[in-house]
Amino acid sequence: MLHIVACIKQVPDTKIIKMNPKTNTMDRRTAPAILNPYDAHAVEEAVRLRERYGGTVSVLTMGPPPAVKAIKKCIEIGADEGYLITDRRFAGADTLATSYALTKALNKISKENPVDLIICGKMSIDGDTGQVGPGIARRLDIPPLTSVNKVIEINKQEGKAIVQRKLEDGYEVVQSTLPCLFSVEKTINEVPYAPFPNMLKAAKYNPYIWSVDDLEDVDIKQLGLKGSPTIVSKVWAPPKPEGGTMLEGNRQEQVEQLLSVLLEKKELFMTKGES
Amino acid sequence: MDFQDYQGVWVFIEEKDGAIAPVSLELLGAGRRLADKRGVELAGVLIGDHIKHLAKTLFEYGADLAYVYDDPIFKHYRTESFMKALLDCSAKYKPEIILYGATSTGKDLASAVATDLPTGLTADTTELDVEEDTGLLLASRPAFGGNIMATILCKKYRPQMATVRAKVMKALPPESGRLGRVVEESILLQEEDIRTKVLEIVKETTKKVRIDEADIIVAGGKGLGSAEGFQLVHQLAETLGGAVGASRDVVEAGWVEHAHQVGQTGVTVTPKIYIAIGISGAIQHIVGMKNSSLIIAINKDPQAPIFESCHYGIVGDAFEIVPLLIDRFQEVMSKEGVSHV
Repeated sequence: MLHIVACIKQVPDTKIIKMNPKTNTMDRRTAPAILNPYDAHAVEEAVRLRERYGGTVSVLTMGPPPAVKAIKKCIEIGADEGYLITDRRFAGADTLATSYALTKALNKISKENPVDLIICGKMSIDGDTGQVGPGIARRLDIPPLTSVNKVIEINKQEGKAIVQRKLEDGYEVVQSTLPCLFSVEKTINEVPYAPFPNMLKAAKYNPYIWSVDDLEDVDIKQLGLKGSPTIVSKVWAPPKPEGGTMLEGNRQEQVEQLLSVLLEKKELFMTKGES
Repeated sequence: MDFQDYQGVWVFIEEKDGAIAPVSLELLGAGRRLADKRGVELAGVLIGDHIKHLAKTLFEYGADLAYVYDDPIFKHYRTESFMKALLDCSAKYKPEIILYGATSTGKDLASAVATDLPTGLTADTTELDVEEDTGLLLASRPAFGGNIMATILCKKYRPQMATVRAKVMKALPPESGRLGRVVEESILLQEEDIRTKVLEIVKETTKKVRIDEADIIVAGGKGLGSAEGFQLVHQLAETLGGAVGASRDVVEAGWVEHAHQVGQTGVTVTPKIYIAIGISGAIQHIVGMKNSSLIIAINKDPQAPIFESCHYGIVGDAFEIVPLLIDRFQEVMSKEGVSHV
């Protein structure tokens, strides 16, 4: 029986979010909060592994109270339990402080039911770093396996996992000891529409909610903004490039102008010919 | 922590099959500029098996010295073994700045090293500078999904670290015969100490042109409306003999695989011709293609930001323009073909 924990994040939908051009800050009201799309694949993979090997899937997140909604989304995908750590003292955390807080929560979860495997999404769409997963692994002193795009085998008896890691020009097959941490590519699976019973369960589900005081051995100095070595010093809209020449006229005229622009680089096309 | 003890700019050198990754040479170029501004040395850190001979390449591309960990245990990249070597080197020689390519290996390694040191790490940097007097690294990157740029600082910890996008910085022209110091290092590490094993490496040779190597890229965005509409991009790419690129939302919608994504979270490209069709031009996309030699944009929306980042733009419906372009191009090229016989 495996205990798999997927670490997830609620994020503003950065595709929709609008910037306030005066202050260069995100206008959060314009963007709905969603489950980070990469994390849906992490939860889905955890659920599939539970179906293969049996066990429990927990999800863990840090965030403000409304992040419960993202946990419910994971219950819809098929997670069994959800944990939210929420506290003002967590606020403003960079990747280092985030991995610290999540590790403390993972230690607490592990006391009840030892964790065999942690799965994270490749990265979050608002932070775009992919640094929290490996950070958690280092803090727990378990091997991090990033860019995982296929889980070949998990063998708890032998204490090993075998996965495919995506590389720039192919993939590698890696064996690791258990417990370990995967951060998974989106290509690892497809997340189907939630089955109806899961949606019912999610609607009624209340996750565990912990504050800093519920966690053990926490060094407050390592949390939130205070525990974050990186700071954003300046945010700016990059200078607008000057823009190019617009090709005017009717369709035919536009296409002819475009054609002559392309043909100025004729050598690129000639080499590909039959000659 | 006494900041005076931390000196020098380092670049983690990524090596594969006996060759240095281009991004590492680009970072030596960027690192040289930072090191000169601070009046310190630039070092490359080489970790691998039978890689010592590569040190001279680092010197040709601007490094003053090379820290070399040459041992069979480093034959394949593994987080734990490489991290231990780099942590050992950093503890011994205390650099002020360490740069990594924002490749899967570079990001994996940097994330682990940053946690153990601990220090701050800025991901996917696209602009680098350093304060001459304080040595503070100014690492800038598109943020919040690429809507704006942000400069990230790490004021209280050393070394300062950043992963840097490929093809954004420029490598120096190699200076043949330029010399430097080789510092050979080793750590006590047994195979049993490493908890992961690489069982197999499989190269996937795709028939299609890789977008990071293509001279011509035709890229499509959400403006094409659907996966069927995106076929237009494939058609034009095929006609021109180019590769297919895509914006992030197209990849997220599943119209095309991630390998085709151009931009901050995809691939940075510098082709000779880049044609953007139905791509609005969020910063996240622009940073990945702005160094292309010729950028052509086709978009229905005259306000689309892509028109500010292109050399030539057409406001109009791609479904009218592109098929016409394909026809005319084939017509002209077939005539050219005849005249060349």
